[in-house]
Amino acid sequence: MANYDLIVIGAGPAGYVAAIKAAQLGKRVACVEKERGGGTCNNWGCIPTKALLKNAEMYHAMTHRAAEFGFKIEGLSYDWGAIIKRSRVVSDKGAAGVDFLFKKNKIDSIKGDASMDKAGEVKVMGAEGKVETHTAKHILIATGCVTRPLPGLEFNGKTVIGSKEALQLPAQPKSIVIIGAGAIGVEFAYFFNAFGTKVTIVEMLPNLLPIEDTEVSQALEKSFAKQGITALLGHKTTKTDVSDQGVKITVADPKGAEKVLEADMVLVAIGIQPLLPGGALKFDLDRGYLKTSDRYQTSVPGVFAAGDIIGPPWLAHVASFEAVQAVEGMFVPGFKPKKVTIFPGCTYCHPQVASIGLTERAAKEAGKKFKVGKFPFMASGKARAIGESEGFVKLIVGEPHGEILGAHIIGPEATEMIAELGLAITLEATWEEIEATIHAHPTLSEAVKEAAEIAAGHAIHV
Amino acid sequence: MAIYIEMPKLSDTMTEGTLLKWLKKEGDKVETGDVVAEVETDKATMEMEAFDDGILHKHLVEPGAKVAIGAKIALLLQKGEKAPADGEAIPESPKTVASKADTTAPPPTQTKASATPAATASSARVKVSPLAKKIAASKGVELSGISGTGPGGRIVAKDVEGAKPGAAKSAAAGPAAIPATPAGEGDQRLPLSGMRRVIAERLLASKTTIPHFYLTIEVDAGPLMKARAELNAAMEAAGGLKFTVNDFILKAVVSAAVKVPAVNASFDGDAIIQYGNVNLSVAIAVEDGLVTPVIRGAQKKSLREISEGVKDFAARARAKKLKPEEYAGGTITVSNLGSYGIETFSAIINPPQSLIISVGAIVKKPVVNAADQIVVGQRMSIGLSADHRVVDGAVGAQYLSELRKLIENPTLMLL
Repeated sequence: MANYDLIVIGAGPAGYVAAIKAAQLGKRVACVEKERGGGTCNNWGCIPTKALLKNAEMYHAMTHRAAEFGFKIEGLSYDWGAIIKRSRVVSDKGAAGVDFLFKKNKIDSIKGDASMDKAGEVKVMGAEGKVETHTAKHILIATGCVTRPLPGLEFNGKTVIGSKEALQLPAQPKSIVIIGAGAIGVEFAYFFNAFGTKVTIVEMLPNLLPIEDTEVSQALEKSFAKQGITALLGHKTTKTDVSDQGVKITVADPKGAEKVLEADMVLVAIGIQPLLPGGALKFDLDRGYLKTSDRYQTSVPGVFAAGDIIGPPWLAHVASFEAVQAVEGMFVPGFKPKKVTIFPGCTYCHPQVASIGLTERAAKEAGKKFKVGKFPFMASGKARAIGESEGFVKLIVGEPHGEILGAHIIGPEATEMIAELGLAITLEATWEEIEATIHAHPTLSEAVKEAAEIAAGHAIHV
Repeated sequence: MAIYIEMPKLSDTMTEGTLLKWLKKEGDKVETGDVVAEVETDKATMEMEAFDDGILHKHLVEPGAKVAIGAKIALLLQKGEKAPADGEAIPESPKTVASKADTTAPPPTQTKASATPAATASSARVKVSPLAKKIAASKGVELSGISGTGPGGRIVAKDVEGAKPGAAKSAAAGPAAIPATPAGEGDQRLPLSGMRRVIAERLLASKTTIPHFYLTIEVDAGPLMKARAELNAAMEAAGGLKFTVNDFILKAVVSAAVKVPAVNASFDGDAIIQYGNVNLSVAIAVEDGLVTPVIRGAQKKSLREISEGVKDFAARARAKKLKPEEYAGGTITVSNLGSYGIETFSAIINPPQSLIISVGAIVKKPVVNAADQIVVGQRMSIGLSADHRVVDGAVGAQYLSELRKLIENPTLMLL
């Protein structure tokens, strides 16, 4: 039993960042984690999927675009196991990195399952069933989320899988049905399709990436169709038939016409659900997520929460931001924590999709006065030079002052380019400051400046 | 070398001046020190002196024009020199003219003439987001008056969105915060004079930022009236000046401030400034407003010197001939509306001062005297408005009690 200034439950992007931040503020900190450091992000999400997607992009380019670039490739093949292994090694390194940071910051890393019976106390059950109780004036819950199952289609680890299983399939499926066209669904769709798996996406809403700007979704739909991915939009799953050998998924289109999809497996990517710590201590919840105050405090005084466990958006960068805000709120006198209002969202399929702020339809619904500036990569010299002229940059610019209400990019390196617009929004820059900033030529980011100029009504290159 | 004569900053609060009259015609020879033009500022009509020799080649503004500080108003050429073509660069002359009254004025901070000064016209650097700046400009909000809530005190959009238009100090935006009733038939829209604008800004700032409190006493003016009658009779015999009731009040206000120095002070953020001199601001009504010239070191001045000072100020104020430094540096103000028959009123503090004394008319009233008899008394109401950050109620009361003692025993003023 030990006493701490802060015990963090969970070592994901919220938990480990919170622990380090508190340690840097001179606090005595413990972090309890039942698996290894890095959370979903490092182990089963952001990082290992990016590793797999890199393989997919390379392979897809070699198999589909070699001739265009003047390559002759004969006898090209791949080792599925090695592809999966590379992704796991990247993940292992990240987890080791978290351990290193804990040591460096003198954080007690406690392995085990945490539960709470009362405020100020955390029980940890270790691997051998041994239970230790630790006390702390402040406790931060950062337990995150797990994959949400589709009712009636329970995970079996083999033919009905979630993203965690999809990341480490021992063999490549010949066909796969993916239910859900959010970021996870479309990233895996791209990945499997690039390696030749027959992919069918089933989405209830009328678009791929339904939360993105509709024009972006439509552009992605076209691109996916060209790549050979089938997307059944506006389709509901009505019946499922699961065996060890494969699945039969019956879907209905918007008019109710049904068809049966047969595949080796189905990936359920309809979202995630909160994973609360155990114990007798009860919290106020909002749709299953922990309810928090402006200072990230739960309904139990002294117990705080950050990251996926306090609800959407379920994003690693949002979780880390919340963690720092929560910890500084606990320990920095006079610090007023900020809640997340504006954040970038990225999807790493090909073409990439990135956005921040309002979509055009959200701006309309909010009754904003705005202009749209849309610059196609087709008109970008750099994009043509690297053979990536698909997509566009679309800015939603407020009137009359020209603030950036939203930015939507689909195309090469979209996820890197969105950072500039995040900074612009944070600093309350308007299109004029973006236009007045010299963007290097030739770069893809010039497209952002061009889009600002189009919004202002004086584009040069279109 | 061709030199532009620019509109000088002739007082601390001046943002623009009206060129009243050219005293040098085009083609006239100008020598350093010559009076070139008359300029009306927010405070007074001033003479503008040349700081260079040359020939006045061209008037760049017409009489009657309002001109921002630093704007070019005339072109001075050397003998035989040709006027530069439009747009030709002329070396900047930091200060080409200054008024006689204000030879130490800092060089103009604005170098461009601007018909619509931006909301950010103030020279101090203001940390502000580009969006907040644009919103402020469109709403006519003065950024220097806003405290930012962004990182490092940066002004962000929401700080400006909440700000009332017209918190503006710039010349472009007037200080009226509440939209006026739309003008109907026969209504007139009267542009603000420089003086009216300064009055509006300063009194708005005073009433909204200084926590005022008010005290009133009624004093027996009988002894003062008697003393005045005797003094004036003696002076008249000698053919000298006549003292007004106000002269006595001013003298009493100064003497009481010497006795209770805590009222002779200003609030200065993290400190209180306690003044060594009593510099008495005297409110004088003029044609389109009021001015408050200052009798400096009034505690060292006799009743006669104060009286003469006020008469001189009043005459020159009405002729708009007061100099800027004659308004500056007051520490206590007296406003007397007795001659208009006003019995009591509460004045607004003249910032950055902490005290203003409002003097009412002397009125005959029935009073109960020390012998419990009802007699006819000559009563005068004296009000005090104080900045509670500096002066507490008890201090204000102590001050008024000193003032009463002096007014009711006028011979004490002679000590």
